[in-house]
Amino acid sequence: MPLKYTKTVMKSFLNPKNVGEMKNPDGFAEIGNPICGDMLTFAIKVDNEKITDIKFLSFGCAANIATTSKMTEVVKGMTIEKAKKVTMHQLADSLGGLPKVKLHCAAMALKGLHMAIDDYNQKSNGKTN
Amino acid sequence: MKVYLDNSATTALDKRVLDKMKPFMTNEYGNASSIHCMGQEAAATLDNARKTVAEILNADTENIIFTGSATESNNLIITGVARANKEKGNHILISQFEHPSVIEPAEQLKKEDFEIEFIPITPEGFIDIGKFKALLRPETILVSIMTVNSEIGTIQDIKELSKITHDAGALFHTDAVQAVPYCIPNVNDWNIDYLTLSSHKFNGPKGVGIAHINRKHKIQPIIMGGGQEFGIRAGTYNIPGIVGAAEAIRLTYKERKEYIAQVRTLRDHMWKRMQEEIEDVVLNGALEGRTPNNLNVRFERVEGEAILMELSTHDICVSTGSACSAENLKTSHVITALGTPEKYMNSNIRFTLGRTTTKEEIDYCILHLKETVRRLRELSPLKK
Repeated sequence: MPLKYTKTVMKSFLNPKNVGEMKNPDGFAEIGNPICGDMLTFAIKVDNEKITDIKFLSFGCAANIATTSKMTEVVKGMTIEKAKKVTMHQLADSLGGLPKVKLHCAAMALKGLHMAIDDYNQKSNGKTN
Repeated sequence: MKVYLDNSATTALDKRVLDKMKPFMTNEYGNASSIHCMGQEAAATLDNARKTVAEILNADTENIIFTGSATESNNLIITGVARANKEKGNHILISQFEHPSVIEPAEQLKKEDFEIEFIPITPEGFIDIGKFKALLRPETILVSIMTVNSEIGTIQDIKELSKITHDAGALFHTDAVQAVPYCIPNVNDWNIDYLTLSSHKFNGPKGVGIAHINRKHKIQPIIMGGGQEFGIRAGTYNIPGIVGAAEAIRLTYKERKEYIAQVRTLRDHMWKRMQEEIEDVVLNGALEGRTPNNLNVRFERVEGEAILMELSTHDICVSTGSACSAENLKTSHVITALGTPEKYMNSNIRFTLGRTTTKEEIDYCILHLKETVRRLRELSPLKK
């Protein structure tokens, strides 16, 4: 069976949002590596516990790029608390579904986000202490 | 414009072949095993097709067996020869870059107390002859090495490899599915016992495999029933398919010279433009010694599937990693065997040209390939 991507997945893959790097991010994370096949970087700006900006870069397949872009669109403007509650299946649903073998792309995007949030928490704790 | 650059996965059926097949799908539908006149006519048609194939391969007619696919031919030869010759030994050698239809039956044989070892290949994509010789032992009964590798198109010296195998007292099989018409598999001159071909790889119909089986040696069938194909492969004869396969192989060798010159020019043009117009591209395997329709290229810092999907939105068909299996998301065992650094394992695209490929199509592909690689590199966290 060939991989079937929905129109929404292809649209997001061909026109991803929030791509790039960020100067002085409040939180940063790198997840995966080219050997496993996918690698992502995330940078976030946080203001008042809200994700005010997010950027990503991807060495990954079409689903990886599409899912990660969608994730950044969903969490941008959310509070950290709320963003952490977004699930893999919510992301997949918002793309009209993902092939089963590509669900891990959504999981990876969210894990990368959580790592960037952790990085932000560590840094901001350091500041207050 | 639809641009099909995946001719190692399958090819378009030649209309002349289809015309030859048609009568056998409608009026001339006899079963070649029937004794009556319609059966006899079908049997004569079958004999002619077998003779055509045997002449092209310079083989004995009764050694040509029609099957349902190259996968079936490979399965039959690997398991059938091993099981029937177990008293002679239990050691089988297959090259590191065989098709899964050779690797998987070999893995199956491990459960039947056979020992399977893999023959290494060089970084250029050729059998490492020294290491191959060192792996042969008195218990070795069968060696299987592809004539042309399906991913990188490198051509092996089958005559030499078969001689080394026979000198060691073992039988020799070559999967020559990607070799037609770039090489002329000469069964008697190359002195090979077993050979596999697939009709749909040379503009014939899908669903027809060809096996050359040296019937001097024992083989255990995997499909049993009505005794067709000299008892080696049961199942009602697929006469339209067999007629199509024979006509396709006849035409492809008849028109071989012109086609090879044409496809080589197009392939070289494509590679030249890629090297000149796209940064950090590397050819997997040697350029010399590969079939003139194949380019397997690494685009550093971008992921192969992303390239494939974006090209596909422009109606350009190429492939990543191993051939036709989109479900198989594992990295290619062929690219691994070449000794490619792991970080480049997921950045490869195979372009395979065919009889219908034109210069306009190549230029259209390059246009979109440049744009695709540029865009995906902008997205990539991996920097030069």
